[in-house]
Amino acid sequence: MQSETKSHVDQLTSPAGHPVTVIRFEGDIASTSKDAVLGTYQSLSKTTVKLILLDFTKVDYINSSGIALVIQLLIEAANSGQKVYAFGLSPHFVKVFTMVGITKYAGLFPSQAEALAAL
Amino acid sequence: MSAMKTTNVEVRLPSRMGFEKVAMSTAASVAKLMGFREDRIEDLKTAVAEACINAIEHGNRLNEKLSVGVVLSAGEDSLEVKVIDDGTGMKKQPAKPDIDRKMHGEEDARGMGMFLIQALVDEAEWVAGSDGKSSYVRLVIRLDKDQG
Repeated sequence: MQSETKSHVDQLTSPAGHPVTVIRFEGDIASTSKDAVLGTYQSLSKTTVKLILLDFTKVDYINSSGIALVIQLLIEAANSGQKVYAFGLSPHFVKVFTMVGITKYAGLFPSQAEALAAL
Repeated sequence: MSAMKTTNVEVRLPSRMGFEKVAMSTAASVAKLMGFREDRIEDLKTAVAEACINAIEHGNRLNEKLSVGVVLSAGEDSLEVKVIDDGTGMKKQPAKPDIDRKMHGEEDARGMGMFLIQALVDEAEWVAGSDGKSSYVRLVIRLDKDQG
């Protein structure tokens, strides 16, 4: 019933010249999304990947189990000295992420261009 | 909808993760008919989804022989949603989630559903069934007087 979460990784360079790894999600982010969220993150090199952008542009539904997966990703990234940012959330999910405190550990941006410009 | 006193819509869901989206869509449709603003409908969708997830996972313990009842009562200026399961209800309210404690591994990363429900609707109460089952959560979202 829950739509399968797809994810893929893109490598970009910020205007300031920093390499940025983008994880793009598509579908629902729920309890069934562990492989797409944590699995994809864990496939990245902890030594070479230092800036990570999460793209939620094609995500319509995020529930509390999905938010918990994002928090687990943030915990692992913090422990590995990586910085995580996100963009493409709807205004509602910006509000939800702010309510639960995620914005304290992951900067949110409206778009990829605005996120890259800040990195 | 015009000259509405209370109009009820009922949905019965299997206790299977993912079916909360059926209740979410139904609640959104009713709220839209009542004239709620889009941002309030989004709040309601998340609250209803989280209430159904709790009912499926904790109330009915994912037992597909049990169903979750969702009763939407549309009044003149508010929408009440009851989500009913066969669990014994909540013993106590969980603490408000603390992102710092979660980030430091001192608190489970999960456990935000009830907090979101309370934060996103105007009223939320958890009622334990008197017979040890048929517990429910009751949510109320009100139409703002100044919204069109």
